[in-house]
Amino acid sequence: MAITSPETYWWKPADKEERLWITIAIVWCLILFTMMPLWHIVGGQNPSLEPLKIRPTDYQKVSDAFIEKYKIGEEAGIPVVKPPDGADVYLRGQMWNWIPILELKKGVNYKFHISSVDLMHGFSLMPLVMNFQIVPGQDNILNLTPTSSGTFHIICNEFCGINHHTMVGKIIVKD
Amino acid sequence: MAANALEFRTCPITGKKVYATTQNLIWINAVTSVVFLLVGGLAALLVLLTRWPAVHLLSADLFYRILTLHPIAALVAWIIFFEVAGLYFGCSVLLNSRIAAPKVAWLAYFLMLIGAAIVAVQILIGNADVMFTSYIPLQASPLYYLGVILFAVGALTACGIFFGTLAIAKAEKTYEGSLPLVTFGLSAAAIIAVFTLASGAIIYIPTFLWSIGIIKNIDPAMYRLIFWAFGHSSQQINVTAMVSVWYLLAVLTVGAKPVNEKICRSAFVLYILFINMASEHHLLTDPTLSPAHKIANTSYFIYMAALASMIHALAIPMTVEVAQRKKGYTKGAFEWLTKAPWGEPGFPALILSLLIFGFIGGITGIVNGTEQLSIKSHNTWAMTGHFHGTVVGGTTLAFMGLTYYVIPLIFRRELIGKKLATLQPYIYGIGLIIFTLSMIASGTLGVPRRHWDITFADSIIPFSFDPTAILFVTLTALGGLLAIIGGAIFVGVAVLSVFFGRKMAPSEAKLL
Repeated sequence: MAITSPETYWWKPADKEERLWITIAIVWCLILFTMMPLWHIVGGQNPSLEPLKIRPTDYQKVSDAFIEKYKIGEEAGIPVVKPPDGADVYLRGQMWNWIPILELKKGVNYKFHISSVDLMHGFSLMPLVMNFQIVPGQDNILNLTPTSSGTFHIICNEFCGINHHTMVGKIIVKD
Repeated sequence: MAANALEFRTCPITGKKVYATTQNLIWINAVTSVVFLLVGGLAALLVLLTRWPAVHLLSADLFYRILTLHPIAALVAWIIFFEVAGLYFGCSVLLNSRIAAPKVAWLAYFLMLIGAAIVAVQILIGNADVMFTSYIPLQASPLYYLGVILFAVGALTACGIFFGTLAIAKAEKTYEGSLPLVTFGLSAAAIIAVFTLASGAIIYIPTFLWSIGIIKNIDPAMYRLIFWAFGHSSQQINVTAMVSVWYLLAVLTVGAKPVNEKICRSAFVLYILFINMASEHHLLTDPTLSPAHKIANTSYFIYMAALASMIHALAIPMTVEVAQRKKGYTKGAFEWLTKAPWGEPGFPALILSLLIFGFIGGITGIVNGTEQLSIKSHNTWAMTGHFHGTVVGGTTLAFMGLTYYVIPLIFRRELIGKKLATLQPYIYGIGLIIFTLSMIASGTLGVPRRHWDITFADSIIPFSFDPTAILFVTLTALGGLLAIIGGAIFVGVAVLSVFFGRKMAPSEAKLL
């Protein structure tokens, strides 16, 4: 029994059924193990490939400069920014907004730099449900190409203080 | 506490020596764990009634506060106090040995109790609205971190008592040959615990110093990395302890004997070697680690640990089947299962725990642990659903099942409310199946975790979820309520039996 010492020598070979099961499990593990790197080659959606540190104060400066350069208006007090095709896009999480509202073009590739200037935030793109951890001091670099037009929202899904649940951002994709 | 260190009785059922010192230590740790389960369960009820949009009970500040308390009570205190009781049982009772340094074991208990109490009070008075993870730069009061450190030091000391007792049992030859499988599994859990608690010290001690202003800066990305070496690894202790409890329940309910000790023990060794490496899967969508690093840790290593779980997933039902067939239940392919003791709480607890852990918690764990799929589930309720499948449906349910045997065997009290106790694993298990599956469904539709208001009523930019998502949130709440009823029955039966159950005569041999 499992609560007593084994009565006999217990280093015995596995039965046929056990060997079969373990073999299937190992093969399955190997398939899963192969898929993860493989997706980096054949898959279209991968986490950031370029880990990069950036001081929150520096990030604030570049993202402010980005907003000033390409600002086209304001909505509910938040700047609306339309970057040129293929530009580097800065999206800043701060208590409790995603700044700025972005206007992008369908089918164009943008290099996103998402970071936080205060606490952790959770970037959650709705309704696609794509989520990334946004860490102050780290630039989450993502190459994004909008493949459909319309309005997308970014909600925050990492606790960032008392008004965390009000933190919503917006991306408008035009044809 | 004052018991003579060498006073013992012999269990009429298992023939094991139960030392009075060990029995007292198991009693205090197990009773404390159930008290914390009650606190955690009440917090769960409040969180649930707030996340259910139709009820939306608590205010935002109270919600985040109670949401911080819930895992501290239900995940940390309930489970770890119970595991300490389990460790003492595994090293002392199962090996017929006196326990090492009982006074130090009591010290460990008080450190854990004081630590947990400080943490709980700090949260309740609003000094630590930081969530379980307390991600820097969010800051709690220094006492909060101190409480966590005290608790961890106590738990580490308890592991030391466990290893000390193993050494005493070996030196005094209280058993012959190899360790029993359950004790072997618990040793694996204790080894993982040492790594886990060391990681906890590495991150909580500097964080404490940061909170009192001695250290100026802690890198938030580094904090996340080391925190999860503690935060997720502690769940690996739970997995390993739970698997050991599964083997134990298989013995208690059908008298099962491991089919192949080598296979079972090798699987525990795989846990020790690989399971902690997998903790980095929390950082899959962080911009901190390179893809090669992520693939090595959260793909290669995690699958070596998953292999171990696959082995147990075969070995445990197999031991049950073999034991049942030996009893003569050999008709057809499944008579062994249909004639199993379904009317005894331990058996449905074992089977439901195994099924919920494997098919809900385990499978979603592997799915969410894939780099690309983590993008879909990170920080959503899909994650929350996953770990309620593992630590609640798996660990908690298994521990509840075991408690129904600990009360008559170790505490020598007859159960009060046996019928309710028999129904309890079904109510709790079915509630949790509805709860976790609906939660995962909501998460795949994007419902975030740790969120007070998914209707976004106060947002400057309006946003609303698809009604399907709200439907699944409501189903989650209903399943959760059922589970909470099951949890309440457990606490009621356990507390009443321990304090008011009929005292059993020394020679009385009765499991339930």
